[in-house]
Amino acid sequence: MSSILKIKDVNKNFGKISVLNDININIDKGDFLVLVGPSGCGKSTLLNCIAGLEKINGGEISINNKDMSEVAPKDRDIAMVFQSYALYPTMTVEKNITFGMKVRGISEEIQKKKLNEVAKQLQIENLLKRKPSQLSGGQRQRVAMGRALVRNPKLFLFDEPLSNLDAKLRVEMRTEIKRLHYDLGASMVYVTHDQIEAMTLATKIVVMKDGFIQQIGTPFEIYNYPENIFVADFMGSPAMNLIGATTKKEKDHIKIEIKLEDGSTATLIEKSKLKLPKDIIIGVRPENITENGSKKDSNFQYISSKVDIIEPAGSDTFVVTKLGNKEVTARFHSETDVKIGSKVKFSFNLQKVTYFDPKTGQRIK
Amino acid sequence: MSNWLEKHLPKIVLGPSFLAIILFVYGFIAWTAWISFTKSRLMPKYDIVGFIQYDRLFDSPRWDVAIDNLFIFGFLFILISMFLGLLIAIFLDQKIRIEGALRTIYLYPMALSLIVTGTAWKWILNPGLGLEAVVKSWGFTNFTFDWVINPDFAIYTVVIAGVWQASGFVMALFLAGLRSVDQEIIKAAQVDGVPTFKIYSAIIIPSMAPIFLSAFIVLAHLAIKSFDLVIALTGGGPGYATDLPATYMYTMAFSRGDIGQAASSAIIMMLVVFAVVVPYLYSELRNKNDQ
Amino acid sequence: MINNTNGINYTNLILRILLYFFLSVFVLYYLLPLFVMITTSLKSLEEIRTGSLVALPRNITFEAWGTAWSSACTGIQCEGLKPYFWNSIFIAIPAVFISTLIGALNGYVVAQWRFKGANMIFALMLFGCFIPFQVVLLPMARVLGLMDLAGSISGLIFVHVIYGIGFTTLFFRNYYVNIPSELVKAAKMDGATFLRIFWSIFLPLSLPIIVVTVIWQFTQIWNDFLFGVSFSEAGTQPITVALNNIVNSTTGVKEYNVDMAAAIIAAMPTLLVYIFAGKYFIRGLTAGSVKG
Repeated sequence: MSSILKIKDVNKNFGKISVLNDININIDKGDFLVLVGPSGCGKSTLLNCIAGLEKINGGEISINNKDMSEVAPKDRDIAMVFQSYALYPTMTVEKNITFGMKVRGISEEIQKKKLNEVAKQLQIENLLKRKPSQLSGGQRQRVAMGRALVRNPKLFLFDEPLSNLDAKLRVEMRTEIKRLHYDLGASMVYVTHDQIEAMTLATKIVVMKDGFIQQIGTPFEIYNYPENIFVADFMGSPAMNLIGATTKKEKDHIKIEIKLEDGSTATLIEKSKLKLPKDIIIGVRPENITENGSKKDSNFQYISSKVDIIEPAGSDTFVVTKLGNKEVTARFHSETDVKIGSKVKFSFNLQKVTYFDPKTGQRIK
Repeated sequence: MSNWLEKHLPKIVLGPSFLAIILFVYGFIAWTAWISFTKSRLMPKYDIVGFIQYDRLFDSPRWDVAIDNLFIFGFLFILISMFLGLLIAIFLDQKIRIEGALRTIYLYPMALSLIVTGTAWKWILNPGLGLEAVVKSWGFTNFTFDWVINPDFAIYTVVIAGVWQASGFVMALFLAGLRSVDQEIIKAAQVDGVPTFKIYSAIIIPSMAPIFLSAFIVLAHLAIKSFDLVIALTGGGPGYATDLPATYMYTMAFSRGDIGQAASSAIIMMLVVFAVVVPYLYSELRNKNDQ
Repeated sequence: MINNTNGINYTNLILRILLYFFLSVFVLYYLLPLFVMITTSLKSLEEIRTGSLVALPRNITFEAWGTAWSSACTGIQCEGLKPYFWNSIFIAIPAVFISTLIGALNGYVVAQWRFKGANMIFALMLFGCFIPFQVVLLPMARVLGLMDLAGSISGLIFVHVIYGIGFTTLFFRNYYVNIPSELVKAAKMDGATFLRIFWSIFLPLSLPIIVVTVIWQFTQIWNDFLFGVSFSEAGTQPITVALNNIVNSTTGVKEYNVDMAAAIIAAMPTLLVYIFAGKYFIRGLTAGSVKG
């Protein structure tokens, strides 16, 4: 296991405002790390610190096991792709890509060789003589990646590179980046606010909020075992349902009571050894609330509730009902024939349910 | 070593200009202020004696005239320039075909030196051979227009020439401002049936408040600095009837050899400018920092 | 603009006619002095005395122009405007070049390289643009004397550069502030230095603002009178001072046609710049005030 990036106890503040707190992250060669979180969570700042474009106020950052505190961005053996592509507007695509090499005094032959390699790889050979203003958004993004690729860096940094593209292009480019990662075996750190991008691209995800790390884990871990309510709510689309409920300890199980719209109470039985407090929040993803079928497994328990909204979405139909004073979304088959206003049995897969303590927001383990 | 240089190069580049400004602007202001508190005449003396220069200044009838003129000229110049500028801007906003050509004609005076402007208007207002003579030749034999040589009215000739010079600029500012108003608001008003006149008076003009302020600041600044125009048009005369603080200062400094008076009058000029410009700059810079 | 969607509406027609009428009146107001200057300069003194101010010349003569250029008296010397025209050229061109260059570098620093105090420095420089120059005349006269530049062309160049830096920095800073800072970041990652980034990236982008700044500076410096009259001596005066001397000389007969010709000669360069590059000039005028 070769560590390519180690961030240890990093802090950063702008004046009195603390923007990064106790950041600890380790990734190995070949990892695709995604920093994800809402605006202002510090992800871009952290990326800039890794790049050396911003100074840290505490802790240390090492790239390839070398401490970077005195190293300038250009000497860190990294390359960065920016949200707005940041292509030099008065230079051709060719000159944009070779500028860095020119500055370093690399010979013209090598410049040309590397330029052609990269142009071929990204399929931009026919664009070399154009200026950035003559390129489409997707083409510009490829040129920006070409500029990064040509440096053969140890670490690629991406700062929300797809945010300026339209939806369809975004999906295409996302696949390209993933393919690039696979082809090169490169190590990448990628910043985005889009959790879908995070889930599809990452080998490791760091969820951030207000300058603090909320959770580090693989996409699977983040999705299925969110550490707190924020992560649970932020990641996954449609969002995880968070339902307020109360518990009653019985002899060999825990009774969970959820208020229904008509005032009555529905009950679920939790058999595991978890210690649940009196008030809890149940986190359950829509795909784990299904139409009551024939599953007799005790992990599937149903609640009868009135259907409020039906949203056909092609491959599935999302059915919304009100539980515990919250709108809860369930995922039914697209062929379902439930009707609005009718009372329907919603089947909960209790194995896939997460419990949170409403006071701390943390997952109850 | 070169790392240090690279890191500090921005500061090193800005440094000389900064030092120059500190010395040649603020340092010089301080020097002039210092001198204004001394008994300097032809040569500077550096012993502070208090406010006697300012006393002399405010006792001087010539300075009284200069200050009066500043207010008369300033007030009329700013008011008429703004009014004319706004009027012409509104007219030009009405989709005129030859707008570009008209704009060029209205604005060209700003490209001229005030000496040229003063010279031209001095000739036009010449009592014997200028406008007075023309109107007389049209049959109005009793028409007199000798303001230029009339101590009571001479200052108004400076207003006429000044307005001619500056109103085009005000017009350009206002035209840009009129056009930057959100078209959607105007369309909504038109759909609501609001008449054109009301659209201007109730919607467009109020939203241009910052531009009025900018125009005012620039005009006030021009008025206070007015020196070239007076020298060329009237030479400060007749006598010192069209003196302004700027010409008073110059006379004291270079003709009378009374640099104590020159310094004190310059400081007063600066304070007047401050009073107008500082609040404006402060609010502007604060707005920019908020963004 | 406000659209009137009516067909042939008589009120609108009358309003339109009134509109064009007023606009024409203003055209007359603005063109009158230019017209008078040109026609007077082409008349003989005889015709001026006997004719009307607004009449066209009966016999066009260029004699006044010749006098204005080579023999009008600016005090004791009677060499016309020619030497002073060249003085203004020798003052304006270096001063414009130097102040623009410094302004570009300063604007670049302030807009893209934040460091502690940069904004304060900029504010102080900006503020310096607004002072009435009367307040620096006395000390500058002394300092020019100390630097052995009193009454010299170099002295005037020096003065114009010093007091032009505030504006030029403002223009470039406002322009550079709109260039995304990610360009600088990308260039840093590519290994470019401070000066390299300016030379390879910012400068190629700067043509519009360079034109605006040069036009603005040239107009200000060519038209200046205060610094000219305070810091020059008989041989080094700029054209504005010479013009004023010609017009206001108390000796001899007043030659109005020569005065007007001289005024036009003095106004010619900036007027030509305005006519051919006018829209950049207007952009310069409104750059500081509107965009801010």
